[in-house]
Amino acid sequence: MSNTDADTGRLPVAKTYKLYIGGKFPRTESGRANALRNSAGDVIANVCRASRKDLRSAVVAARAASPGWSSASAYLRGQILYRIAEMLEGRARQFHEELEREGVSAAVAVDEVSQTIDRLIHYAGWADKYVQVLSSINPVASSHFNFSVPEPTGVVGIVAPSAPGLLGLVSMLAPVIAGGNCVVALAPERHPLSSMSFAEVLHASDVPAGVVNLLTGQVEELLPHLAKHMDVNGLLIADATAEQAAEAQRDGAENIKRVIDVTGVDWSAADAEGVYHIASMQETKTTWHPIAN
Amino acid sequence: MSSSNPLAFEQAWQYSPAPESTDHIQLDERYGLFINGEFAPADSGQTFATINPATEKPLAQVADAGESDVDRAVTAAREAYENVWSPMPAAERGKYIFRIARALAERAREFAVIESLDGGKPIRESRDIDIPLASAHFFYYAGWADKLDYAFAGCQPSPLGVAAQVIPWNFPLLMAAWKIAPALAAGNTVVLKPAETTPLTALKLAELCQDVGLPAGVVNIVTGDGDTGAALLGHPGIDKVAFTGSTNVGRQIMRSLAGTGTPYTLELGGKAANIVFEDAPVDQAVEGIVNGIFFNQGHVCCAGSRLLVSEAIAEELLEKLKARIDTLIVGDPLDKNTDIGAINSAAQLARIEQYLDIGRGEGADFWQGANTPPETGYYCRPTLFTNVAQSNRVVQEEIFGPVLTVQTFRTFNEARDKANNTPYGLSGGVWTDKGARIFKMTSELRAGVVWANTFNKFDPTSPFGGYKESGVGREGGLHGLAAYLDLGRGMQS
Repeated sequence: MSNTDADTGRLPVAKTYKLYIGGKFPRTESGRANALRNSAGDVIANVCRASRKDLRSAVVAARAASPGWSSASAYLRGQILYRIAEMLEGRARQFHEELEREGVSAAVAVDEVSQTIDRLIHYAGWADKYVQVLSSINPVASSHFNFSVPEPTGVVGIVAPSAPGLLGLVSMLAPVIAGGNCVVALAPERHPLSSMSFAEVLHASDVPAGVVNLLTGQVEELLPHLAKHMDVNGLLIADATAEQAAEAQRDGAENIKRVIDVTGVDWSAADAEGVYHIASMQETKTTWHPIAN
Repeated sequence: MSSSNPLAFEQAWQYSPAPESTDHIQLDERYGLFINGEFAPADSGQTFATINPATEKPLAQVADAGESDVDRAVTAAREAYENVWSPMPAAERGKYIFRIARALAERAREFAVIESLDGGKPIRESRDIDIPLASAHFFYYAGWADKLDYAFAGCQPSPLGVAAQVIPWNFPLLMAAWKIAPALAAGNTVVLKPAETTPLTALKLAELCQDVGLPAGVVNIVTGDGDTGAALLGHPGIDKVAFTGSTNVGRQIMRSLAGTGTPYTLELGGKAANIVFEDAPVDQAVEGIVNGIFFNQGHVCCAGSRLLVSEAIAEELLEKLKARIDTLIVGDPLDKNTDIGAINSAAQLARIEQYLDIGRGEGADFWQGANTPPETGYYCRPTLFTNVAQSNRVVQEEIFGPVLTVQTFRTFNEARDKANNTPYGLSGGVWTDKGARIFKMTSELRAGVVWANTFNKFDPTSPFGGYKESGVGREGGLHGLAAYLDLGRGMQS
């Protein structure tokens, strides 16, 4: 951790990185921590190593938040996503420093934070449009009014990519919550700091408690529990070995959970955003009603 | 039938038998596998009999495809995909599919009779629903073939390749149409495995594909049991899996596909609630309940198998429902008066009867209609279980037969919570005169298809498929097209 500043003689106050569950910042119930070191080998933070019990608490919080978030107006969800971008913009410098502490160059850090903010704006704009793009009125042959609309699948697990640490997490998270789902996300195992600070941004942006829950820990330990959890409806994996992802797909079959392996996606590419990222965690509901007098 | 039943017209007016003629249909004694445009026996020479469930007598011997046969079919589909079907101008592809739609409509009665012979469903349903809808499905998707660039905003979609498709026995030809039509329109070729107990209309469809000149290998039909299906879905040469069947088999398929990256659509089980509020038009609701659970002997994944009725009208509605059920004619599937035909197989009848025992064992009140099924053949009288608890197995598990459980509710929230209290999420129904309540309930039901003041309606333009453990993906309509295309964007499963 940083030592006494040479110019001011002041010892900086180091932040304790905790979990983000149900709108609160608890330590892991397990009491375990992983020491995160920089390239010089110095400890830069002790990061919580979340347990299965923490993960289950996060799923409970996400499920509890689901009725409210999925029925919130599209306009409100869009406004809240925009608010997240605003908050991040205001704290951009903090994120530059954090990304640099994790070993990213200054120029790359600036670029990553800018892209992350712009991605949030992109999905803020989608919140009240994707339903129109993904819906249909179906001209059935019988005398019925028939239409199909997307609805959120429910609680979605996310395993964020190890790099880019901030942009990857937000690129996966934003379309899922723009679409009315609630999330339990594992922060990048090797670069968790900016993710966990992003939880503070979410917290300051009127995102209702439990809509996004963020955990730090080990993919190897937590992914099987996320994949097997019977109250998780979908899972996006961007940081796992092929065997771990396949195992998660086998585990997820128990409740017909869609488990999508997106490891290797270039999150700074132009097609790393768009309405089909929202669609992947939506269900289509078709409603029939007779037309008669 | 009790003489106090106001609907007991039969006492004054007996129905005469009205059997549909079978003299215009032609069935071979033996059917081969349809691979690369030709019928040929299985490499093993093995066959199995397909039985008429109404007479318990065999209709034909059908080839039992093994791994080598499946491999030949996948190879034929691959060659047709690469050399013929995907290079073909899209409008020409579409015209072939239109031809299938037209030929099927022309031969509709023949297909309807064979469907009822092989599967036991009433001729009224195969004639008025299964076959016309199958033809309409081909007609709908035929027109998409040259319009794919308009289907999904911002995408230039491409086909996936060889689609492996496994279908159930409840709507044999209709399910084949649901699978084959969108796959071909999107530019894929297919290998389809019909259900073991109902292979005949798929094989007749293969003949029809020959007749309309569909290029060899574009559609391949391999018959067999679950082992044939597993060989097909486990074949390394396939690019897409589409399955309709039980949630348990769906789970096995998901596990076998883990790590392969092969996209899949799964249309699995259901246990739909049919919710009747106190202001519902009761007579219409009774018809809707009957159609919801007794349509196709209850062999319907989206059947309304759980009746939830407002306590305020439960007594009146149940009385009317029982009177209506008493008038249903359970009998010869080929008789035009028949409402409930034969249970599809001896195995399915045994499974239903096991659930009847389970329901009685759980303490539910058991009631069956005063119907008189024939002595031979596999039949089950329409059955109600009242006084059931939400946790009863007959309330939670899919029976796939003419068995309805009845629960009551007092408030909107109670109805919604009971309806959603199931691992399934395929369909649901709501009956009320109040528009605002319809929209509130239809939007709060966690199910993929919701019928308001109607039930069990289907259309090629209307997407179908489930939430939760009822499946992944949609069939039908614009959404069903996406299942057979690589959109090139977003995160697809």
